[in-house]
Amino acid sequence: MRHLLSAADLDAEAAILVLDTAAELAAVTDRSVKKLPTLRGRTVVNLFFEDSTRTRISFEMAAKRLSADVINFAAKGSSVSKGESLKDTALTLEAMGADAVVIRHHASGAPHRLATAGWIAGAVVNAGDGTHEHPTQALLDAFTLRRHLRGGTGGLDGLRVTIVGDVLHSRVARSNVLLLATLGADVTLVAPPTLLPTGVHEWPCRVSYDIDEALPSSDAVMMLRVQAERMHDAYFPSAREYSRAYGLDRDRLGALPDHAIVMHPGPMNRGMEISAEVADSDRAVMVEQVTNGVSVRMAVLYLLLGGSTGEK
Amino acid sequence: MTNVILDGSDMTRAITRIAHEIVERNKGAADVVLLGIPTRGFPIAERIASAIERIEGARPDTGSLDVTLYRDDLRMRPARALEPTSIPAGGVDDRVVILVDDVLFSGRTIRAALDAISDLGRPRAVQLAVMVDRGHRELPIRPDFVGKNLPTSVDEQVRVSVSEVDGTDEVTISGGTR
Repeated sequence: MRHLLSAADLDAEAAILVLDTAAELAAVTDRSVKKLPTLRGRTVVNLFFEDSTRTRISFEMAAKRLSADVINFAAKGSSVSKGESLKDTALTLEAMGADAVVIRHHASGAPHRLATAGWIAGAVVNAGDGTHEHPTQALLDAFTLRRHLRGGTGGLDGLRVTIVGDVLHSRVARSNVLLLATLGADVTLVAPPTLLPTGVHEWPCRVSYDIDEALPSSDAVMMLRVQAERMHDAYFPSAREYSRAYGLDRDRLGALPDHAIVMHPGPMNRGMEISAEVADSDRAVMVEQVTNGVSVRMAVLYLLLGGSTGEK
Repeated sequence: MTNVILDGSDMTRAITRIAHEIVERNKGAADVVLLGIPTRGFPIAERIASAIERIEGARPDTGSLDVTLYRDDLRMRPARALEPTSIPAGGVDDRVVILVDDVLFSGRTIRAALDAISDLGRPRAVQLAVMVDRGHRELPIRPDFVGKNLPTSVDEQVRVSVSEVDGTDEVTISGGTR
């Protein structure tokens, strides 16, 4: 593994290696010295062209737990706001000797461009690009699912996962569908027709418009955030109507099997896609998802930077 | 050409002797924690613990300690998969940690293990038990308990097999120009 750009870069064996590595690294959190010397002397740049608190902090903590030096580069207040191109920013980082660049960008495909244009020699990790992909989110979701529903080992064969909401604008949904299908899960997308991307029927998943039909046969339900900042058209008549048709409330929680868990990539719109009562219930694993995010990102950074680099 | 240096019963006798030496050196085994280095150090640590139990009547705590993340040669090979680490609930503070490995060679694995232990806590003492000491140390490290001292040349390969991992118990030496 040279870069992590898409969940589709990972076959089942590689994905399980990341999850197994994350499981071992998770134990570091319970120790008195929460640090490993593995990436001492390596530099990780967090290059964030789009606002994100939790993903940036998660990557920063993961890199620091492995003793890497971390530089946070936010587009706001930097030379990017003065009009610097991605290429010139990349050349600057290369000149400073970045071993890995964690990039979040509003344009789909920016991480791919950064990794393949020859501007930088280091590893590139996609931390979310436009409406395209967010592979480490999918990995942490797979890790959380595996821990709760598959005893923490192996793949996700036969696990029924329902992803509900704004699939159209969701890089989380796309990465999850690709990764969870690779790991053997049966994924169902539930959304109003206006919030499904064209070509969704070619994704390795089922598609439904009816949440109440999908819930009783779900081992896990993942609620997507309604992304108001990307909603420039009228995708649904009103927030209230969306919430009634696709929101997860107490009654719908009751329709889930007893073992099922509720997930959300955050940040949540309480009262919109998920009711406050459900978000605070003991079936909801959002806080654990955040913890697992650090372990999974440590695993990704270790596998990309921990060994010899420069060759396959 | 492969020569068998120790067979299964030789290994059992060596483990029993090591267990006696541990008990003698530490005047019992009350504070002893045996940490095996994966893959083959861990089953050997379990067997030493069983042998100590037969002598003392109480089984010391055991665990496994993967040192991959502390190695100094990580950049010489692609990133490798991690092995399990499990530290007994009592931790290592103020106890006598006995590291257990199959073969002692350069000493670099043990150097990494000492660093790993210091991140887990502060043992009263750390001792080292190995099935085979084949020499050629690159660091100032020596074992406290040795199953077999085996003079080798650098290009020979020493292999410890244990039935839990390999299906058989034996120590072999192969290759080289002898």
